[in-house]
Amino acid sequence: MTDITAAGIPPAETQKKSLLTLDDRTRRRNAAEMRFRMMGKIGVLIGILALVGLLTSILSNGLSSFQQTFITLDIHLDPARLDKSGNRNPEEIAKVTTFGYAPLIEKALSEAMTAKGILGNGVTVKAAAELISKEAPADLRNYVIADPQSIGQTVSFKLLAAGRIDGYYKGRVTMESAKLDRNISPEQLLLADKLKSAGLLTTKFNWSFFTAPDASDTRPEAAGLGVAIIGSLYMMLIVLVLSLPIGVAASIYLEEFAPQNKFTDLIEVNIANLAAVPSVVFGILGLAIFINFAGMPQSAPVVGGLVLTLMTLPTIIIATRAAFKSVPPSIRDAALGVGASKMQAIFHHVLPLAMPGVLTGTIIGLARALGETAPLLLIGMVAFVREYPAGPPDGFFDPASALPVQVYNWTQRGDPAFIERASGAIIVLLIFLITMNMVAIILRSRFERRW
Amino acid sequence: MNSISTMITTTTSTTKAATMSESKISARNVQVFYGEKHALRDVNIEIRPRSVTAFIGPSGCGKSTFLRCLNRMNDTIASCRVEGSIGIDGENIYDPKVDPVQLRAKVGMVFQKPNPFPKSIYENVAYGPRIHGLARKKSDLDDIVASALQKAGLWNEVKDRLQESGTGLSGGQQQRLCIARAVAVSPEIILMDEPCSALDPIATAKVEELIHELRSNYTIVIVTHSMQQAARVSQRTAMFHLGLLVEENDTDKMFTNPDDQRTQDYIMGRFG
Repeated sequence: MTDITAAGIPPAETQKKSLLTLDDRTRRRNAAEMRFRMMGKIGVLIGILALVGLLTSILSNGLSSFQQTFITLDIHLDPARLDKSGNRNPEEIAKVTTFGYAPLIEKALSEAMTAKGILGNGVTVKAAAELISKEAPADLRNYVIADPQSIGQTVSFKLLAAGRIDGYYKGRVTMESAKLDRNISPEQLLLADKLKSAGLLTTKFNWSFFTAPDASDTRPEAAGLGVAIIGSLYMMLIVLVLSLPIGVAASIYLEEFAPQNKFTDLIEVNIANLAAVPSVVFGILGLAIFINFAGMPQSAPVVGGLVLTLMTLPTIIIATRAAFKSVPPSIRDAALGVGASKMQAIFHHVLPLAMPGVLTGTIIGLARALGETAPLLLIGMVAFVREYPAGPPDGFFDPASALPVQVYNWTQRGDPAFIERASGAIIVLLIFLITMNMVAIILRSRFERRW
Repeated sequence: MNSISTMITTTTSTTKAATMSESKISARNVQVFYGEKHALRDVNIEIRPRSVTAFIGPSGCGKSTFLRCLNRMNDTIASCRVEGSIGIDGENIYDPKVDPVQLRAKVGMVFQKPNPFPKSIYENVAYGPRIHGLARKKSDLDDIVASALQKAGLWNEVKDRLQESGTGLSGGQQQRLCIARAVAVSPEIILMDEPCSALDPIATAKVEELIHELRSNYTIVIVTHSMQQAARVSQRTAMFHLGLLVEENDTDKMFTNPDDQRTQDYIMGRFG
């Protein structure tokens, strides 16, 4: 305003100024602009630093979980122990428990160590056997049950090393900490080094981290994300299948067909409010309605998917309505003008143009649902699940875990090895999220059209 | 539909049989409200078949509103309310039994800003015939598209690139594409809402030429801000002012010796 009034005053002859010198006003104005730009830059810098800090901490903690220490042994699958009747009957083979497999491993270990000349000098097979994970016999048993014909053969088998040994090669366990540790002794660490130089102990890429189910507190080396990934995928499938059609249908109705009155205003306000409701509230809702009232199973992806659908719907509806609003009305007029019905105008012309916005909104909603923990805790998805859920659709009702809940779960456990696992799980989760956002960007640019 | 038409012809048009034969559209006491605002007051007009009628008047006078009443495009505005009756061939289009979708196939519309669909040129023209089921075979549809583009004087310019986007054409070509799109559903009436306001003089001249040619087959109603355009393209002119139809007359008379002082003032440029 002051500029305008000042401009109205004719310049006095004595106040003639050169354009080459800045007057005070201009200088102050420029300084203000500089300050604003600086603040903006600082803000961006803080953001970048926070992101870099977050990523380095997660990567430095978690990347090692993709590597795992294994002990490779040639194991003779002795028929005398595994299949006494000799008829390869799967039911009888299944009767042999993991205790029946442990001696096979010890025998193979003893043979391998003798061959490499490590045994003796106070080194016992028993001490060496403790370097192998307690999960190893179970893995071997699963292998034999899956393939009974392997009985009698000698199979080269990659056995998980114990968590402490794995930690030793990742720098988590040291000679000092081993002195105070009941689970491992410094002598055993030295023995592990000998096995390593003999080529029996190796570090390899850890596929089982992505495929194996969760493991107990004492076996961090065996814990994997298999069940959590399946659970998350099932839930995302349910959320997508339910929330996309319901959300888009609701937004089309509200945006294009609903009469403008108090009632629709009320609905609109409530949708906006629902989008802001804390997610844990949806968890309580799911517990009360789906589990207690409808009697659905706990820990099941179907309940998780339904709860996350409820949580995602407002986001999708809001994004879809915004996308519909951004389609120019001239397109609707054009379609109506050639005699299209309202529905034809919407489905033939408006919806395709709004599609990039709809898809982006949906995927962002899905990504949010994928990372959601709190509501899942309330419907029991935090349970310790060892069994893989069945294939869809039956598997939707089997107990499962979810990626963010698995992270939460692992951070609660005592063994520091689980911190590594949790960070690894976060990396997997982030990769999923980044992939989804990439898909959103690609779809957006593919569907985007000029008008 | 037949029952309505017979009903209307027996009740109303016996008295107006004489005017019926020569008017395509006849509006009776049309009132339009936008919420509380009274946008059009008591408009009565007869529009003749196979001729061009121009609506002129200053901005906000209601000429576009009235044009949009003629194919019920105002239905899409929630607050808009229309009273009175508008007959097309003697059938009241505001009769509750009339489906506006069916009406709009008969009364095509061309808008102020060229608004082709963001699809190919072919699809733009083929869309109308397709939703109305006018073509049984692909070859029939091809014929309809070609003939509509020929009628819109666009065929020679686009016949080699029918699959290219309609939005890639120049403004004038886009507007003629919109005319082709309207023509493709074989309407009887074409409404044009300031069709040349977004076009340069050369494109405007082409569209005007086109209007001349279309006149022999269609009843055309055009809203325009340009009095020269009204004088060039139309046979009848209607002057609107403040929601009233001030005067409706032969275009020649309107621009030389109008009956109403307000028309005189507007044409002389004293207001508007």
